[in-house]
Amino acid sequence: MTKMTKLLGATAVATVMGTAAYSDAHGCSADGRLNIIGNEFPAILSVAALAQACDGIEGEANLTADHQSLNVPGMSGNPAEYTAAVVANSSIVALINEDVIRPLDDLVGEYGTGISPSQLITVNGKIMAVAFMANAQTLMYREDVLNDLGIEIPTSYEDVLVAAAMIRDAGVMENPLSGAYASGWNLAQEFVNMYIGTGGEFFEAGTANANVNNAEGVEALEMMAALSEYMNPDYLTHDSNAAGAEWEAGNVAMMNMWGSRAQVLMDDEGSTPQVADNTRITAPLMVGDSGVPATTLWWDGWTVAKNISDEDAAATFIAMTHAVSPALLNDDTMDQAVWLVEGFVPQPVNEGVLSAVAAGSKPYPMVPFQGLLHTALANELADFMQGNESAEQALADVEAAYTSAAIESGFVTE
Amino acid sequence: MLLLIAFPIGSVIMQSLYAQHEQVIEIVENCGPFGCTKEAAVNTEATQELRDAQPLGRFVGLENYLNRGHLAVSELAEAWRLSDSWGDYGNRIMNLPFYSAIIFTLTFTFIVTPMAIGLGFAIAIAVNSASKVLRGPLIFVSLLPFIINPLVGSLVLFWMVDARGVLGHGLQWLTSDPDLSVKASTPLMWIMLMIYGVWHTAPFAFVVFYAGLQTVNQDTNEAAMIDGANRWQRVRYVTIPHIMPLVTFVALIQIMDNFRVFEPLVSFSAGAHATSLSYYIYSDLGGETRLLNSAAATSVLTIICVGILLSPVLVRTWRDFKRA
Repeated sequence: MTKMTKLLGATAVATVMGTAAYSDAHGCSADGRLNIIGNEFPAILSVAALAQACDGIEGEANLTADHQSLNVPGMSGNPAEYTAAVVANSSIVALINEDVIRPLDDLVGEYGTGISPSQLITVNGKIMAVAFMANAQTLMYREDVLNDLGIEIPTSYEDVLVAAAMIRDAGVMENPLSGAYASGWNLAQEFVNMYIGTGGEFFEAGTANANVNNAEGVEALEMMAALSEYMNPDYLTHDSNAAGAEWEAGNVAMMNMWGSRAQVLMDDEGSTPQVADNTRITAPLMVGDSGVPATTLWWDGWTVAKNISDEDAAATFIAMTHAVSPALLNDDTMDQAVWLVEGFVPQPVNEGVLSAVAAGSKPYPMVPFQGLLHTALANELADFMQGNESAEQALADVEAAYTSAAIESGFVTE
Repeated sequence: MLLLIAFPIGSVIMQSLYAQHEQVIEIVENCGPFGCTKEAAVNTEATQELRDAQPLGRFVGLENYLNRGHLAVSELAEAWRLSDSWGDYGNRIMNLPFYSAIIFTLTFTFIVTPMAIGLGFAIAIAVNSASKVLRGPLIFVSLLPFIINPLVGSLVLFWMVDARGVLGHGLQWLTSDPDLSVKASTPLMWIMLMIYGVWHTAPFAFVVFYAGLQTVNQDTNEAAMIDGANRWQRVRYVTIPHIMPLVTFVALIQIMDNFRVFEPLVSFSAGAHATSLSYYIYSDLGGETRLLNSAAATSVLTIICVGILLSPVLVRTWRDFKRA
């Protein structure tokens, strides 16, 4: 699944940014095997490069957009092919469900002195991963366009609709909005954001029964439909990359975009100075009056495989710990992500993610059956967006599709 | 034969009758950089015990076939009860994933196959009557769409029909509708996918027919000419009967090819407008939520469809060969 690439975009520059050489491996020596599976974007490339530079390590890395279809098979064997997987809050769930990653408590106790407690991801009291960066979707806007028309920076989706109408009426842009609305994972993610913003809960409390066909769900879908009126007619095929291209082409004034994508859109490559210099990223948008921002917080972190020898696990742990230590931070890497690493100095491009954290945004749910619901949303929402069916019907379809998948996966009994 | 066909089919059928174990869920506290939350998690040890006890999973019989993701019997009955017209019933059926996939797949197969055969035959006749010097380059150019990797070929077309691409913009200009978007309209997307299908598969028909044309009996052809038959009559009464067995062969291959249409759907990001059976199986298999049993059930249904679809052609081929 290419989800992480889509959401973090940036593959084009990934190769350029990731090749920053790390000649010094100070303070890192380990004896054993390291093989990293993970997504491909600048921040992860930097981490993987530094881990492999560790003295005495037999290092390899397979960084690809297809990492999610490779990590479980590649870690199920004994010994596992991959000794470390770079995952996010959604994708770690599959590794835990399949029982292919090991608790890190003993390794943290022995070698993890440099890791701050807030980086530790614990599930049921056991440390399962070490987070190294944060990510979120927040509002990106064109300062010049808004200033020219005297529009205040929107803080809610309702404001965005008003601003979009003003921009269109003034004849500045025909389709002033964009976003990663590609049918599939991206569209489902936009719904997840919007639904959280309306204050909805995805499941009936204490069960795995989906619960999205309700007033909040309809409100979320109707807001998405209203926004799409101001988007390029092809918006259902626009993932983060395509939305970014629209942005760089100067066709768009506002969009909800990933923080990890900001650096690429705010540099002068691939765009005119007019667009690049006026691109700003700010706090996430609200919808309705729930008080919860319509976005989700994400962390990226690394895990260690279960089916490997203790020596390899220790070596992997030491190398990965080193890779997310302050040694990682330099002029090239500093603005690649919101690093959860000591010594990180926030850059202008990081403002969106930091304000999303400050605004009390919710993290993407780390629930074992959330992925099934996300898939059901991905498959069923396009019909509504095209105007083929009502919001209620689309949400009923989502629940029905989820239920049949959840029964098959053993999460729901009839 | 046993190893290559019977064994995989047997294993797929077996898998389609099972579902995954019930997962043992417990509520645990998860902590991370954004604080702690109480959330559900799978108890891996307890679930593993269940798995070890029954490695295949839960036996559910035909449930995988009858659920909403496949034959959706109860949803069909419900739709029949609620719908007030045939059109409404059709819409409700298209809302079910398996039926919308099979309807697109069949439409694609039955429109693209005859059109590709017709176009391939026309190109073959045209190339065959071109001068000898030109034939080599013409054959090469005509074969290009077939040589180009389907993913690349469809991606090229996808960019051309973008609202800002050459064809997409041209269409907007032709229809004087600046909001016209091929990618946003289901009928236009289907047409585009089928045009791509014809473009991609016609060269195969062409090359087979061209080879066939080299063996047309020139005596018969000249005799027809002396009898005063015009060009069309010679094609109709001499050439076509001669290459008819080839048409059967090409139809057989093309139906099999078109029935597993997949790559253009990926390249066109067509998921919102059209899904095929292959695409449906692929989406069940991929990602973090792998539904292997559901994919197995779809595969079995696909095999049954292929069997039904190919039976007339197979019977015909068998008869042809028996006669020969």
